[in-house]
Amino acid sequence: MADEVKLFGMWASPYSLRVELALKLKGIPYEYIEEDLSNKSSLLLKYNPVHQKIPVLVHNGKPVAESSVILEYIDEIWRDNPVLPQDPYDRAMARFWAKFIDEKIQPTARNANLAEEKEREQAVEECCQQLKMLENELQGKPFFGGDTMGYLDIAALVIAFWFEVVREVVGLDLITEERFPILCKWIGKLQDIDVINECRPPKEKHVNYVRARYEAAKAAASN
Amino acid sequence: MLKSEDVKVLGSWSSPFVMRARIALNIKSVNYEYLEERLWEGKSELLLKSNPVHKKIPVLIHGDKPICESLVIVQYIDEVWSSGPSILPSDSHERATARFWAAYLDEKWFPTMKTIGLAQGEDARKAVIPQLEEGLVLLEEAFGKCSKGKPFFGGDQIGFQDIAFGCFLGWLRVTEKMNGAKLLSEDKTPALLEWAHRFCSDAAVKDVMPETDKLAEFSKMIMAKMRAAATPKS
Repeated sequence: MADEVKLFGMWASPYSLRVELALKLKGIPYEYIEEDLSNKSSLLLKYNPVHQKIPVLVHNGKPVAESSVILEYIDEIWRDNPVLPQDPYDRAMARFWAKFIDEKIQPTARNANLAEEKEREQAVEECCQQLKMLENELQGKPFFGGDTMGYLDIAALVIAFWFEVVREVVGLDLITEERFPILCKWIGKLQDIDVINECRPPKEKHVNYVRARYEAAKAAASN
Repeated sequence: MLKSEDVKVLGSWSSPFVMRARIALNIKSVNYEYLEERLWEGKSELLLKSNPVHKKIPVLIHGDKPICESLVIVQYIDEVWSSGPSILPSDSHERATARFWAAYLDEKWFPTMKTIGLAQGEDARKAVIPQLEEGLVLLEEAFGKCSKGKPFFGGDQIGFQDIAFGCFLGWLRVTEKMNGAKLLSEDKTPALLEWAHRFCSDAAVKDVMPETDKLAEFSKMIMAKMRAAATPKS
């Protein structure tokens, strides 16, 4: 019996992109279902009743939610082209840094982008310190995963592409060549990878989307 | 065969996250050296050196390698000491479910519980209780599905989900005591109520689960410190 794989996702979500990329890197055929987050489908609510969020992977009718949980699941079921390293210590490091990106870097970047002028410098400094810690993990390697992309590269795509879009909208350049030469080199490599370009949100559409959300966030903050 | 000096845990007796690491090592019958951090007196050099990123406990030090973040540590322990009883389920979908609920506990449920400590006034504190109860009802349902009639989320033995949730029982009981509330009840969460007793009595758990009274005293002390720190200075 052939596997039935469905992915409920959203074109502008970095979490959705993580799962799509993992599926594509492993050559797993899947059906992609675009969710309108302002009008969530009854299927999404059925498959992820607790959080009602994308991405959700549905494999032969069984749902898996949370992008990091889905990535581990995909790696365990489809063992070709592993995304996580084999060695337990290396796996622990990949998991640690992916968590760091989601729980630390993303919120501090958001703070830096939304900060009022007087708080901006400190917020930017905090974010840059965290980005530096992450950049150090790239020392001597083309990718976080080594010679090829791995789990942490997939998790870090949000830094590569979303930060660039936010920079265009907000005007704040967090990842400068000067401050983060290694991270910039890594981002450059990613832009040459076909499979990534296939799933990345289209630039202009993405900029408009982020601009609308940023303006709404600013308006809400000033009320 | 690794000697006990090869495995260290930096922790604090009151931390549920530290408990996770210790329970996991106990399940695998790994001898380890436990180093108590006196967090309110300043962090040790070893902690700052082994967890420069977060400067937090728990830290597992295996040989010369530090591993941080409790769930990362538990998975590491499961993968390294693979000949011992398994902590994560063997079925991939069940593993995903266990990880899902662990993430829910860390990202939603426990942070909600912590807000009670900082909430100013009894009304604010009591407003949080229904949110915690709702979460527990979800977990009661999950327990039914995951345990399939067996004593633990992990089946016959405690597993990843038991550890991820059970570590919070001490603080749950303190919250109940200090707010005159019943978070786990016969009424809404009968299965979890029984599971909680079994979990706390388990050989891998009982020596590392703090006593509720001791935890309550400690909680009063830190809440007082946190409120003092949060009070604006004129």
